[in-house]
Amino acid sequence: MYRWLLCFRYLRTRYIALASIISVTLGVATLIVVNSVMAGFSAEMHERLHGLASDILIECHLSKGMPDPEAHIDQIMEVVGEDVAGHSASVHVPAMLGIDFNGQLITRHVNFVGLDASTYDQVSQFGRYLLHPDNQKQVSFSLRDGGYAPGRKQFPTSGWDYRRAKAAYEKALEEERQKRNAVFGSQEKPVQGNQPSFQIAAPSELFSETTDCDVAQEFDPSVEQFPGIVLGISTCTTRFRDANNEVQDHYYCRPGDDVRMMFPNASDNAKVINQKFTVVDLYESGMSEYDSTFAFCRLDQLQEFRGMIDPASGVKSVTTIQLKLKEGADLNAVRDALRRRFPADIYAYNIQTWRDMQGPLLAAVRLETTILNILLFLIIAVAGFGILATFFMIVVEKTRDIGTLKALGASGKGVMSIFLSYGLLLGFVGSGAGLVGGLIFVQNINEIAGVIETITGQEVFDPTVYYFNEIPTIIDPFTLTWVMLGAMGIAVIASVLPALRAARMHPVNALRFE
Amino acid sequence: MNSEIVLEACQLKKSYHKDRIEVPVLRGVNLQVQRGLITSLVGRSGSGKSTLMHLLAALDYPDDGQIHFAGERIDNASRSRRDAYRNQNLGIIFQFYHLLPELTAMENVLAPLMISQSVLHFFNHRKAAKRRAEEMLDRVGLLHRATHKPSEMSGGEMQRAAIARSLMANPSLLLADEPTGNLDTDTGQEILSLLNTFNQDDGLTILMITHDDAIAKNSDTCYRMQDGELNSETAKLQVA
Repeated sequence: MYRWLLCFRYLRTRYIALASIISVTLGVATLIVVNSVMAGFSAEMHERLHGLASDILIECHLSKGMPDPEAHIDQIMEVVGEDVAGHSASVHVPAMLGIDFNGQLITRHVNFVGLDASTYDQVSQFGRYLLHPDNQKQVSFSLRDGGYAPGRKQFPTSGWDYRRAKAAYEKALEEERQKRNAVFGSQEKPVQGNQPSFQIAAPSELFSETTDCDVAQEFDPSVEQFPGIVLGISTCTTRFRDANNEVQDHYYCRPGDDVRMMFPNASDNAKVINQKFTVVDLYESGMSEYDSTFAFCRLDQLQEFRGMIDPASGVKSVTTIQLKLKEGADLNAVRDALRRRFPADIYAYNIQTWRDMQGPLLAAVRLETTILNILLFLIIAVAGFGILATFFMIVVEKTRDIGTLKALGASGKGVMSIFLSYGLLLGFVGSGAGLVGGLIFVQNINEIAGVIETITGQEVFDPTVYYFNEIPTIIDPFTLTWVMLGAMGIAVIASVLPALRAARMHPVNALRFE
Repeated sequence: MNSEIVLEACQLKKSYHKDRIEVPVLRGVNLQVQRGLITSLVGRSGSGKSTLMHLLAALDYPDDGQIHFAGERIDNASRSRRDAYRNQNLGIIFQFYHLLPELTAMENVLAPLMISQSVLHFFNHRKAAKRRAEEMLDRVGLLHRATHKPSEMSGGEMQRAAIARSLMANPSLLLADEPTGNLDTDTGQEILSLLNTFNQDDGLTILMITHDDAIAKNSDTCYRMQDGELNSETAKLQVA
């Protein structure tokens, strides 16, 4: 009884001890904030990675791909049918994307994916990340009239409206050029590309010239489109800060523009296919790895371009089969079953779960979280040494009282428990304050980031680096519990030595200094 | 005279070690405290009377000899028995009062009960405990100071609170170590008469340790501790 009474009295009267637990408070608050933010990041990343990648990916490394995907799927269903919720076949091929920029060519390396829009949404959340609201509901590889990215302020006019206007402009320009040529002759034409005035005036002027060999003469860009393509947003944009330090996106191309794709055909003696596509939408998942390397088109078109349809039998080939598993299915078990069915020494297939593919990234995030936790717990441990030192001081200061308590019949254990309880209580108060502080911080983290930005002028959460607009956080009650318990444990452990000293203090020595 | 012996010390020896030199403090002390009497132990400072008191209060162990409390040997008893002995059978007051500065007078008086009882037991019997504490404070004339902390009290008041605390558990013996040593004469006198009252009204046995012959003269039995010569021949002076 007396130990709790004394603990509470000490807590109220010893401010030096309260000072020593401020570091516990700060440590706990930081741990909670860091863990919440890391959990938020990793959950967001998981969700996005998982949303983009299907549960199981069966990749064929052959250039020709695997023939007859339906037969493959039948075999897969035989092996793991009860766990499969959906499947989709697609063609993945490395490609080079070429975008016209002021008459010159920008090239990007991309993974070009031919997908079956009717089944692809079963295995991944592809449509969800498209910019046009109608495409988000139902993916279409036809250009839409307009209304792209309604939530985005500076998104340029796109769609058919833009395409028609651009075509009209180019047509007028062409007429103008022909008039000029009629008057001045055609000498000027070969040097046009180097003239600065032209580069500013007509962005796509030269483009039409370099491509007109591929295009049938009667192709009218104002009413027709090439096969549709969806580009990852970072393949065709660049993000920068303007003079006012505002984040700006510049679009090299937008829905309605034409781009060209260069990719190998499926023959053993591979040749490059050079094909024009019309951008019908952009794809923004928030994962820069995906946004900067992916381009999507229709599966049947890509199969045709690459020659993956057997002219004799009409059997089509794909390179990839993706599976979506039912809720609760064991990813690794399904993967292993499929690996047994398609052994690597016979089939050139690579069968992976989405976790296998993102393993290094997820492991990196986990490692980062672990290391941060260790570091922050070391901070609390340092605070523990503060408590230790303070407690030794208090024990020395309380020498007489300890003697008195013993003279009144308190046992060594009882005296020890006073200081242990005191440590526990301090730990509880310190980590409790840290908990409250940390939770408040996490709740208002974006506002706090804003305030810090205004004060320091430094962007805390740079949207040019991360594709989240807000700092994501997740508060995990389990984490809170073990952080609290850990901090309180450290406080108690730190008070063990001083408490032992108090318990062993000889009452006569304690009472003697008179 | 009632000859029942409450506390008895036989051939107590105790020495301290300083730089490997043994300094004998007690050289075989014999002492008997009879129930219901005030026994005083007079000696100059450094004569070893505080050491003797610590031994009698089971705060320290003698090198040799025995201490019996109501027939029970206490000097080699278990730790918990010695703790209980101090808590239940003995009341101790000190020259410097030794109140706990964080607690009020009332809480200080309640401290022995809080130490001996579990949280639950104390909580269940807190009303009775509080009544008893109020009664004790009332008897030492300090009820109006019940909520005051030691730092807000005078020396005399603190010693009264200490007396109330020491008698809280209704002990059979009060050990008083220079109870007036830090007080002016008048206040000291008040404290002494308060102790006398307890002795007369309740038959409280008191062992008073003092350096003041005048105080010793008022006691029923008096032992003298010769300083320097220490305790081999404790003179027994029958005064009253």
